Amino acid sequence: MAASTPLLKDELDIVIPTIRNLDFLEMWRPFFQPYHLIIVQDGDPSKTIRVPEGFDYELYNRNDINKILGPKASCISFKDSACRCFGYMVSKKKYIFTIDDDCFVAKNPSGKDINALEQHIKNLLSPSSPFFFNTLYDPYREGADFVRGYPFSLREGVSTAVSHGLWLNIPDYDAPTQLVKPRERNTRYVDAVMTIPKGTLFPMCGMNLAFDRELIGPAMYFGLMGDGQPIGRYDDMWAGWCIKVICDHLGLGVKTGLPYIWHSKASNPFVNLKKEYKGIYWQEELIPFFQSVILPKDCTTVQKCYIEISKQVKAKLGKVDDYFIKLADAMVTWIEAWDELNPLGTTGRLLNGTTK
Amino acid sequence: MSEVTIKNDEVDIVIGAIQSDLTSFMEAWRPFFSNFHLIVVKDPELKEELKIPGGFNLHVYTKSDIDRVVGSSAGSISFSGYACRYFGYLVSRKKYIISVDDDCVPAKNSSGELIDPVSQHIINLSTPATPFFFNTLYDPYCEGADFVRGYPFSLRTGVECGLSCGLWLNLADFDAPTQALKPTLKNTRYVDAVLTVPARSMLPVSGINIAFNAELVGPALTPAFRLAKEGNLRWETVEDIWTGMCVKVICDHLRLGVKSGIPYVWRQERGNAIESLKKEWEGVKLMEDVVPFFQSLRLSETSVTAEDCVVEIAAAVKERLGSVNPKFVSAAATMVEWMKLWKRVRGQ
Repeated sequence: MAASTPLLKDELDIVIPTIRNLDFLEMWRPFFQPYHLIIVQDGDPSKTIRVPEGFDYELYNRNDINKILGPKASCISFKDSACRCFGYMVSKKKYIFTIDDDCFVAKNPSGKDINALEQHIKNLLSPSSPFFFNTLYDPYREGADFVRGYPFSLREGVSTAVSHGLWLNIPDYDAPTQLVKPRERNTRYVDAVMTIPKGTLFPMCGMNLAFDRELIGPAMYFGLMGDGQPIGRYDDMWAGWCIKVICDHLGLGVKTGLPYIWHSKASNPFVNLKKEYKGIYWQEELIPFFQSVILPKDCTTVQKCYIEISKQVKAKLGKVDDYFIKLADAMVTWIEAWDELNPLGTTGRLLNGTTK
Repeated sequence: MSEVTIKNDEVDIVIGAIQSDLTSFMEAWRPFFSNFHLIVVKDPELKEELKIPGGFNLHVYTKSDIDRVVGSSAGSISFSGYACRYFGYLVSRKKYIISVDDDCVPAKNSSGELIDPVSQHIINLSTPATPFFFNTLYDPYCEGADFVRGYPFSLRTGVECGLSCGLWLNLADFDAPTQALKPTLKNTRYVDAVLTVPARSMLPVSGINIAFNAELVGPALTPAFRLAKEGNLRWETVEDIWTGMCVKVICDHLRLGVKSGIPYVWRQERGNAIESLKKEWEGVKLMEDVVPFFQSLRLSETSVTAEDCVVEIAAAVKERLGSVNPKFVSAAATMVEWMKLWKRVRGQ
């Protein structure tokens, strides 16, 4: 008989970037209502975003971001969902779940509504196994275990920092793929969660994502995208490469797979192509860069790792485009802002262990 | 999405017969095996005559064939027990080889349809693998899937797949301690995916349901690692685990892929985990020693074929693991013997 998953309602914030409305929350109400929401309103701050009744939330628009961060607000993107990472910074909770406003509750193959948040919590609260691949996927899941040949010394696992969920219906394809396959829908429910092995990078999608802020929060910067920037739709990718390098270095795990959400909206592929276009070329340089990043042993905290990465970005990617010099500076600004807003550590606990 | 054509005459299905009565096994597999050539190798330790129903295109090899082909030259190579199937690999002339244990029958997928592991293994082996970057929608080449946003375009052509590792419903391939601790634990979860195991990640390769491209990696599957009390239950062996680590290192070095996931087979219950526990403990301990070795093993630029790699790995095993346990010295020696035998028999 499996133990029920703890709600963690006082330890988890749900961060939602939005520019239009939050009607989608109605469908999520049974699963989200116990939790505190952090709404990051992108675009025109004079517009009022209606939040459905009964939710406990804080909402930040661009004016709020500028007021809170002052000049450091320059690191937070405008006119791009990358602005959501402001929500990670102001949260005082241990865990974050972030979801896009066009993502709805999916059904599993037996027709039951999927509580995506509960699955993310399960993923985060159970260990990861990055050092050796288990062919039956997540060994800590009910009904599974480590297979024959899996080294016993590696079965304790490591802490899970990130839980990356997937999407039924509109898959997260890039613009060229969308143009070639406009009708393709993801209908395959793959009933697995697995740890992405150490040393392997992946494309991290921010649509359905949860993470442990204490373990990896400062590395979840979603970069400079949108207004005034040469690139878009690479915010989560950038964060994903950074967090994976850092997790590999610090011995933390990243899981991918369940839960599924139902992604309802396909964005315009021509608009997407314009945003992604530079990224498609740049990522050919970025991937070898991230694959070869070596963090020195004295980078023992996430912030130190992140600053070190920003130095290497400036040194090695600056020649790809000046954008990366700006980005490297923004990465430093982000860490400064993070530490300023979280002076007592990530969850406001005094260093001697008592709570503020 | 291009259709993959399976040329039946490119496939050998190799069955190691460690049970003598293969009637129900063969009947269960008839719908999927009858279009292919089968190589059945009888465990040389098995005393009884093999019982195999008619209507199959097959060739049976017994102890006398093994003795005739191998002779006395390869003294250190034992083909008893699960190792008998390696003789089948040796004498096969086909590009793709598929092996399942003789205690497995076809499984059903989540729609209740019988699964054809032969065609799925062929699909796995004949579509590219993607070991250098993880695709979050798993196999990008299968129907209804693709590479996701953020997957570098230069890596989308993929590399050739050398090994396809299938899975098992019902009796999963757990080790004896795990199954003994959880006697009722059965695998009932059908995971509808196959994915490439990333480069430089090691995995436990189970021989229960496996396929490989013999042209690319054939010689890399060696019957090198025997336990002292090795028996005829998978709980009492680690030979496939050892072989699998070698094959993964070789595939990583030669830029070939290793896939894991579908197809599933249904594995019947046999044996007693607690009894086997006493025998397999040796294997479990030895595996702890080899993991850091395999994880850090890097082969030289001059090793450009699977054969070269096997010889280089054997030398490294002898040098770096030889002092840890004499088992490793004999494993290394067997790998070298196997390469000589392979070259002689296959005329290369």
